[in-house]
Amino acid sequence: MATVENLPSSTQERPIGFGRLKRKEDARFIRGEGNYLDDIRLPGMLHGAVLRSPFAHARILSIDTSRALELPGVAAVVTAKDLETLGLAWMPTISYDTQAVLAGDKVRFQGQEVAFVIATDEYIARDALPLIDVEYEPLPAVVNARKALDPEAPLIRDDKTGQTDNLASPTWEAGDEEATDRAFAEADTVVTRDIIYPRCHPAPLETCGMIADFNPQTGQLNIYNGNQAPHAHRTVYAQVAGLAEHMIRIQTGDIGGGFGNKVPVYPGYVCAIAGSIVAGAPVKWIEDRSENLMSTGFARDYVMRAEMCSKDGKITGLRVDVIADHGAFDSTAQPTKFPAGFFHIVCGSYDLQASHVKVKAVYTNKAPGGVAYRCSFRITEAVYLVERMVGALALEMGVDPIELRMRSFIAPEQFPYETTTGWTYDSGNYAKTMKVAMDIAGYDELRREQAEKRERGELMGIGVAFFTEGVGAGPRKHMDILGLAMNDGADLRVHPSGKAVVSISAQTQGQGHETTFAQIVAEELGIPPEDVQVRHGDTDRSPYGLGTYGSRSTPVSGAAVAVVSRKVRDRARLIAATMLETRPEDLAWEKGRWYVKGDPEKGAAVGDIAVRAYSGETLPEGMEGGLDAQVIYDPPNLTYPYGAYIAVVDVDPETAEVKVRRFIAVDDCGVRINPMVVDGQIHGGLAEGIGIALMEVISFDEEGNCLNGSFMDYLVPTALECPDFELGETVTPCPHHPLGAKGVGESPNVGSPPAIVNAVIDALHESHGVTHLDMPCTPARVWAAMQGRPEPPQ
Amino acid sequence: MQTPASFEYERATSVEGALDALQRLGSEARVIAGGHSLLPMMKLRLANPEHLVDINDLHELSYIREEEGEVRIGALTRHVELLEADLLAVRFPVFRDAERVIADPVVRNRGTIGGSLCQADAAEDLSAVCSALKARVVIRGRDGERLVGLDDFYVGPFTTAVGDGELLTEVRLGLRRGAGSAHEKVERRAGDWAVAAASAALWIENGTIADAGIALSAVGPTTVHLERAEELLRGKAPSEDLFAEAGGIASEDCAPLPDGRGPVDYKRHLAGVLTKRALRRAAARAQHQEA
Amino acid sequence: MQVTININGEQVSRDVEPRQLLVHFIRDTPGLTGTHWGCDTSNCGACVVLMDGRPVKSCTTLAVMCEGHEIRTVESLQVNGRLDPIQQGFHETHALQCGFCTPGMLMTTRALLDENPNPTDEEIRVAISGSICRCTGYKNIVAAVQWAAEHQAATRQEV
Repeated sequence: MATVENLPSSTQERPIGFGRLKRKEDARFIRGEGNYLDDIRLPGMLHGAVLRSPFAHARILSIDTSRALELPGVAAVVTAKDLETLGLAWMPTISYDTQAVLAGDKVRFQGQEVAFVIATDEYIARDALPLIDVEYEPLPAVVNARKALDPEAPLIRDDKTGQTDNLASPTWEAGDEEATDRAFAEADTVVTRDIIYPRCHPAPLETCGMIADFNPQTGQLNIYNGNQAPHAHRTVYAQVAGLAEHMIRIQTGDIGGGFGNKVPVYPGYVCAIAGSIVAGAPVKWIEDRSENLMSTGFARDYVMRAEMCSKDGKITGLRVDVIADHGAFDSTAQPTKFPAGFFHIVCGSYDLQASHVKVKAVYTNKAPGGVAYRCSFRITEAVYLVERMVGALALEMGVDPIELRMRSFIAPEQFPYETTTGWTYDSGNYAKTMKVAMDIAGYDELRREQAEKRERGELMGIGVAFFTEGVGAGPRKHMDILGLAMNDGADLRVHPSGKAVVSISAQTQGQGHETTFAQIVAEELGIPPEDVQVRHGDTDRSPYGLGTYGSRSTPVSGAAVAVVSRKVRDRARLIAATMLETRPEDLAWEKGRWYVKGDPEKGAAVGDIAVRAYSGETLPEGMEGGLDAQVIYDPPNLTYPYGAYIAVVDVDPETAEVKVRRFIAVDDCGVRINPMVVDGQIHGGLAEGIGIALMEVISFDEEGNCLNGSFMDYLVPTALECPDFELGETVTPCPHHPLGAKGVGESPNVGSPPAIVNAVIDALHESHGVTHLDMPCTPARVWAAMQGRPEPPQ
Repeated sequence: MQTPASFEYERATSVEGALDALQRLGSEARVIAGGHSLLPMMKLRLANPEHLVDINDLHELSYIREEEGEVRIGALTRHVELLEADLLAVRFPVFRDAERVIADPVVRNRGTIGGSLCQADAAEDLSAVCSALKARVVIRGRDGERLVGLDDFYVGPFTTAVGDGELLTEVRLGLRRGAGSAHEKVERRAGDWAVAAASAALWIENGTIADAGIALSAVGPTTVHLERAEELLRGKAPSEDLFAEAGGIASEDCAPLPDGRGPVDYKRHLAGVLTKRALRRAAARAQHQEA
Repeated sequence: MQVTININGEQVSRDVEPRQLLVHFIRDTPGLTGTHWGCDTSNCGACVVLMDGRPVKSCTTLAVMCEGHEIRTVESLQVNGRLDPIQQGFHETHALQCGFCTPGMLMTTRALLDENPNPTDEEIRVAISGSICRCTGYKNIVAAVQWAAEHQAATRQEV
């Protein structure tokens, strides 16, 4: 078998700074030398397994663990009673609710944690599960969000004092109801739709898990945990478990995908920690795929009713009423003052006259969650809604969907633009981006092809979506999570040899931070990326931050790294001035060196400045040695990436199978640090969007049995369902971000599902009169729509 | 990951040895070949045999050959071999059609035709293929061999005529003039079980359908053998209208259950569409109008 | 029971229960945690290794069934510090992000190229249809295989 040397790359591929740079982290992954959670083995380590409820709603009458304890190799079986003595039977959630760690009085969703076995190996731990005898008294379950508030619906949260119904949080509103009523009264055209964004699941390829290792002698708790927000978790464990925060260390290792699934604190984690404290040995718990799909943080599940109106050919008003299904416990993760996340960006990319949004959340007998799967805090739901409504309005008005958008877009000169729900979008040229998408797609040619195909009874659809989203949460004056500011830090140390280490708050789960953040330092300081080590994934060694989700990495941590690099550069300037015996203001910068203005030969490279900084030679008056700096970055605003997406689908007229033939995505995420990495993020999100639009759903029967609890039934796309994505870009730098970058990780998930569903409707509208269908657009569901009977998903 | 319960394991070195082992170990023993039906069930603890008899070393059961007017396929022949076999592509292209959409290429490296047929999952494709081709299977026991037709082979859901202490060893497909065959399947995603699938085989002589075989996957408790549709076709000239009519019978005569793949009316509809399409392609192949 | 499996050219012997899955046998072998697992139902392909040169799902194979067979894992691709063209290809085209599906993808595509040195894009997509990736959307993986196909042709020597 042939082998190749590590081929040297051309200098174009080795930028010092921004550009297409191949990734440093690849080296270990392509050799199978990643360090994921299950790869870690500690001496004396025990294995945990969770016993889960088969019922969606039932009283627990008794739990008998004796048979399980008799199995050789079983060290302990933990139940709610045991956790109560440690004060850990319930834990607080990010939404200021409480969640059972192990069920005591009742189980409230199928798959809920009931007992935790600790054994010498994972096979034995699993053998012990069926030996735990639990007596249940089944209760009626409610799994339909619309029915959750019926008077006869069973009360789920009887553990909460004063809770008399299944309302999880009261109605949250944004916009102006009166102004919206006026807009509708004056409108030429009004469309109404009931649109559901079904429950789906991020399903990263690596499931969730933890190794908890408590040392009773020292009181140190070492945690290994694939975790998107390790510092925040550390704070939570300190509070919840009454442990000293400085004695908790969380190391994430390599994470096999997060997508928001690895943000929450799961009962299994608390059990592993409790188990380690009690057993005095490390305890490893890793869930299987069924557990992941049935119990960890799901995404979406928004039941929405919307109306949109137009006047004189322009979109003028939007009214939205949402029931949010939060599952059995309210554990949605979003900034505290925003119980519906950023859903109110549903006003979209349009110059509306008025809009009004209402969201209320309910409990159901399903797993808890809702904010996950690259949703930008509910912006996926919002953009799906508004872009589906624009599609519906265009149909009703008989106008081309791109034409309607072009007429209604916020115009470039209107920025900064305050929307009808209180957002201030800082910059944008939407029409330009839309045109790029049209060009790549060959839009007019596609419409011609569609017309020809229609004559022959072939069903081809073209769907459009345009989105503006807000990411990079967020300014401390506007938002927090559990009272913690959403700021990130960066800590840069330049060594005497001129090589550097930058420690960051952001937590990669595949986004390429080891490369891209080195590129930021390289861009700002001229130190080649291979000489910049990015340190992350260890709460002892990285600055406090609130985690990586909501596309925060570039807007917040990236900005922090840029700012800290500039701090170092400014120190370097002062040192250079001393070295060159001139004043700092007489120096100019080119990447990598300070030089004397008007005498460019005379300069000092960063490497030489570093040597000087650590040497015994004279430094500027009052300056400490070394070339380090530290920063906590408070973003002044969110950033507003936007994009224009076009999907081309073919629908088999007889079988109703949908194939995505082409997908065109033009993103404006501002300045791109590494275009290769940006493109990769977009490809991945588009694939996930195809999954959501066509096949991914977590559904339940009337009794609350989860019907999609394995990869046999929770279907995600393979290479055969994904087209060869066609990407384009426009670059409108973010005005407040130090690098002009905005972040892009979630944009593809935001924009693709509405484009695809709009395309399916477009394929079936003329031939079959289809004006609406809900996701997932499986063949059966599309066929039902073609028969005039579109069904909501279960 | 989910893991199986404990069991004993032994490897057979001959067919006789496998039969002896099965006889000795009784009803709590299962044969394992590719293992891609059995092991997933064992990991989910839906199947908990006490003994596994590994027959992967029985290479004498792995073959595809033509003899005595039949194509004979050893039970241990892997899906990938069925996909790649030129003999089958020429004689019975329905195999290649079906194998392209059975599971995924990696699973196909291990799964066997014997395993697929014996699993007796109504959603399984090769059962429909073999039924349409009017296959007979050889079941060997300690007392010798018997030949069983597919209709008698499938006793009920997940139940076949292979008894305790017996082994499926061979699938036999008769060769006749004018053969053409095809398989059509709708799945929600590559690698998924069928929402519905249809296998059709036609033997056309002098422009008339001398014989027809049509069977459906995933729309009944077992593979659905469409005898009424076959009766309709015999003696007639192939035509679009005829195939559509056969599709109508397919819709009526299948017995689908609603599930995550689709409701009853959609599955009935698919049974009709896919029967029509499979017949159309089988006819074209029989008449050498399609490559 | 005692079982000996040839993994990457070495005989690995251990006393295991019959029910131990091949993926666990491999991962319990020092230095061989590159083979991953991601599901319970043989769907995701994170566990793919080569058995006698063909990709198989090691989560759906018992260790005891592998005695007498040659198992190759991702760790065998690099030889004397030199990367296999497929590994280099994945790096060149950014065909991995979190890296979790990568070993399975590498083994599957290595076997594909061994059998079909010049696959079309469609053939590549079919070959990897038994492996799920949540990060890349597959486009760059297809490009990686094409890169490897081009470059192994340039460096292939007759053996």
